[in-house]
Amino acid sequence: MQKVLEGSQAIAEAVALCRPQVIAAYPITPQTHIVENLSRLVANAQLKCEFVSVESEFSAASVILGAAMAGSRSYTASASQGILLMAEVLYNIAGMRVPLVLTCANRAISAPLSIWNDQQDSMAVRDAGWIQLYCANNQEAVDTTIQAYRIAEACELPVMVCVDGFTLTHTLEMIDIPEARQVDAFLPDFQFSRQLDVQHPHSAGTLLSPDYYSEARHAHHQALLNAQQVILESDTAWEKIVGRSAGKLVSIVGNPDADIAIIALGSVLGTLEEAQEIYTHLPSRLIKLRCFRPFPTATICAAIENAKHVIVLERALSLGSGGILGTEVRSILHTLDNPPIIHNFAIGLGGRDIPVEIYPQLIEACKDTHPPYFQIFDVDLQKLPEEDR
Amino acid sequence: MTEVSIPIEQLRQQQPRYQGISPGHRACLGCGQALAARLVTEASGPDIMIANATGCLEIFTTPWPESAWKVPWMHSLFENTGAIASGIEAALKAQGKSSKVIAMGGDGGTFDIGFQALSGMLERDHNILYICYDNEAYMNTGVQRSGSTPHAAMTNTSPPGKARMGKRHLKKDIISIIASHHIPYAATASVAYPSDIRKKVRRAMHIEGPTFLQIHAPCPLGWGHDGSQSIAIARLAVETGLFPVIELERGALANVMPIRNIQPVTAYLKAQQRFRHLFKKADQRVKEELAHLQALADHNIEVYGLQSDHTDKLDTRGAALVHRRGKHWA
Repeated sequence: MQKVLEGSQAIAEAVALCRPQVIAAYPITPQTHIVENLSRLVANAQLKCEFVSVESEFSAASVILGAAMAGSRSYTASASQGILLMAEVLYNIAGMRVPLVLTCANRAISAPLSIWNDQQDSMAVRDAGWIQLYCANNQEAVDTTIQAYRIAEACELPVMVCVDGFTLTHTLEMIDIPEARQVDAFLPDFQFSRQLDVQHPHSAGTLLSPDYYSEARHAHHQALLNAQQVILESDTAWEKIVGRSAGKLVSIVGNPDADIAIIALGSVLGTLEEAQEIYTHLPSRLIKLRCFRPFPTATICAAIENAKHVIVLERALSLGSGGILGTEVRSILHTLDNPPIIHNFAIGLGGRDIPVEIYPQLIEACKDTHPPYFQIFDVDLQKLPEEDR
Repeated sequence: MTEVSIPIEQLRQQQPRYQGISPGHRACLGCGQALAARLVTEASGPDIMIANATGCLEIFTTPWPESAWKVPWMHSLFENTGAIASGIEAALKAQGKSSKVIAMGGDGGTFDIGFQALSGMLERDHNILYICYDNEAYMNTGVQRSGSTPHAAMTNTSPPGKARMGKRHLKKDIISIIASHHIPYAATASVAYPSDIRKKVRRAMHIEGPTFLQIHAPCPLGWGHDGSQSIAIARLAVETGLFPVIELERGALANVMPIRNIQPVTAYLKAQQRFRHLFKKADQRVKEELAHLQALADHNIEVYGLQSDHTDKLDTRGAALVHRRGKHWA
């Protein structure tokens, strides 16, 4: 049903449609509206579940881990410092191969303190072993949340659904909230092969010796790589029900043969799509990366093939190295016959607005055939003391 | 020494049949924690799910692909056991299942790093029994001081020397902090009194809501005594008043295990290498520390009313020396 909803409320409704039995909630801006909306659904008996208001994000992640291990579909959401506080549990959840879904309302990391959007938080835990799906708009957030449960439970891997804080979570949009019967047809009842069971007791989370640890890591890595197929199948199955894709692993907008390709994650993709429509004389192929983990190497290679320039935009960086996404895109260039020139920018950090006017500037930047390895796009050096420039 | 007049076969038959933890695990000889864990599962029965904090118990029972546990058991991390147990309990509630959730951790995982998650668990009124195996230091990492380490005890991070007499600070009064959550039932127990542990576990199993049991469990390696002396030393901790065995209901003191023959703290301290620096030479520092430790024991005896004037001699040492409201304690 088409509704005008705030992103957070739409996500909460999508979560409720998945019928989680346990929700762990801890407030943090800009995620808080999601769990507030869920608590209202519980209070009004529209959602029957155990709503556990924990004392920290660390416990939020731990509660849903315990709950899933005990056989219940579970959910939590967080952002920024909360994701970092959870980090140890996030690795643990993934290593135990527990199917869970978490929404990350992407926000910058302190210090300097910022409550506004960038993607440093989810990027900081990119190696934890979770599937990470980034949403370009709130419709994708709704559809991806529902798909995330199917993917998580089919792969026995946790899924982090990343939505840009404020830009998506606090924006009102016309959103199609699917019918309960559509979700029920798409999402089977919760099943987890290794759930704790009094009738068939087993031990989980045990000590592993060096004789087995490498094999466990291999299995986990392989499971993530294999998840690409499940992510694609889930999107296709969902498209059959509601008539729209949530973005596959990667999707391309604009001229797929344009010399200039732009690759990015999250809500900036919406801005760039609009820019393409405005600046029609500046053609580009926009590579919308939805699935960052597993990193869809082959799909990205195909998408950037024959491009002369690839602009990699990201809302995070690896301080002292450069771009995170940029580095990963560079790492696959050796498989191409004519590797493109990479222009890697961090942009929109700590909530800095990304207007459509950046588009011609980005295209202009491609005139540089020897671009710097990486730079933060819109730094005003005049704001910095001499020694920091 | 005590003579046992009951034939051993008859004694064996009196042992509970069920044990949730199998022999063959890798605990040290005389491990108080292994004994306590076995006693807990004897009393709990098989209809439980265990969340176990990182620590010796987790390590020595589950070297993959083996496990000593005969009940559903999971380990996640060091400091989130209260929250893991909360999640399990919430899921069981949502599924309409009634298995009891038992959380287990050592003193490091309970007094220190896992305290926040435990406090949250108690505050949220989850139906969970939390067991703290208190061996008074980080034993799994090789004996480092914890918030539970007693004053003056030597550990590898509180060594005695020219400037120090072992741990400078007091043992954290965890049971009072737990009791301040006004949970239905909180108690302390000691591996020296096995049937008391079973009784307290059984009681907690029947309470709907959060319950807490702190079990004093000697660690021969960390305390520096022979494994054969674990029970004797645990008993001395109780008999000196250094480890009061008490029960609290909704935060109020409900019962104590009275001590008939109160022992001087030196009897307990001398038996352990971790206090040997207190007996090397009788200088002023040593005198002050011993007086301080005796004062701590005396304080416990006074505030909990541990001294018993019962003259009945129905039983022998151990459980026999303690009575509960005129009836046998154990």
